[in-house]
Amino acid sequence: MSRRARTRLFLGAAAVLGAVLLWGLLALPRPVAPPPPSARLSTSVAVHERHVTDTVAGVTFDLRGLDTLGEELILFVAATGAAVLLRAQRDEHDEADDDSEEDPGAPGVLRVAATTLVGPVLVLGAYIVAHGHLTPGGGFQGGVIFAAALVLVYAAGKTLATDPVHPVASIEIVEAVGAAAYVLVALAGLVVAGVALANFLALGTAGQLLSGGTILVLQVAVGAEVAGAVTLVLTEFLDQLVLE
Amino acid sequence: MTVLQLAALAVVAIAGTVTVFVREPLRQTVVAGFLGLALAILFLVFGAPDVALSQIVVATVAVPVMVLLALAKLREEER
Repeated sequence: MSRRARTRLFLGAAAVLGAVLLWGLLALPRPVAPPPPSARLSTSVAVHERHVTDTVAGVTFDLRGLDTLGEELILFVAATGAAVLLRAQRDEHDEADDDSEEDPGAPGVLRVAATTLVGPVLVLGAYIVAHGHLTPGGGFQGGVIFAAALVLVYAAGKTLATDPVHPVASIEIVEAVGAAAYVLVALAGLVVAGVALANFLALGTAGQLLSGGTILVLQVAVGAEVAGAVTLVLTEFLDQLVLE
Repeated sequence: MTVLQLAALAVVAIAGTVTVFVREPLRQTVVAGFLGLALAILFLVFGAPDVALSQIVVATVAVPVMVLLALAKLREEER
């Protein structure tokens, strides 16, 4: 296709897309308009029936808890698949794998900054996971923050990541336990209350750390699963780079 | 619409356009990180802190690191 024809195609497509976008945007409720009934209803359900103050958590883990289960399993399968592919490639290089090679490591400033940040980042991840039902955040966001700690460890010095004490096995266990815990909570709801994902724990007082019943358990499960999945993929990538 | 919201929209538009026009993958990763941060601020000023938090962790932690690792891997293979 000539450049001229491509430009023409782009301009035509951009005009149509722009028109449709504008049409859609104009139909959106104005920010000053009163919230739609669904917004008030989901807030009311989250606070009064599930005792969580973060409505988004109430929607994600109660009203559409089954979708979240599906999403979690998608991430689980994707991370496992990526790890299997990367590992198959790594085996090809196993003969060339000699750990005696000394890595000069990262420059001093970077090493100090990264090492100093690992602890606070881990605490931040735990905070985001544990308060997902009270404030914005939750298992997914906290899980990725946990994985960020691994990147910091790597930035502090490559040699740390290739230590003989390899965390890959424990990462896999964390990921699997997180995924299994969500399924088990869903099944427990089916057994105890007759409906999958139905709450079967004490709801507590809305706004307290221990409240929301199964939602808090699900947040921790998702946090473990996401932290495990992202860490697993990153570790496999890093191993490949370091080992070669 | 407040000034803050308009400013956030403008920054996202600029960052998005720049991301498309930067052709070098390494630089594009950094610029795309800025776009992700701008999007997070946009979500925040439009009242969606949960989405903003997800956007921050995905756009500034997960995606850049994975893209950088993939780039490093490709370079090693070229050598």
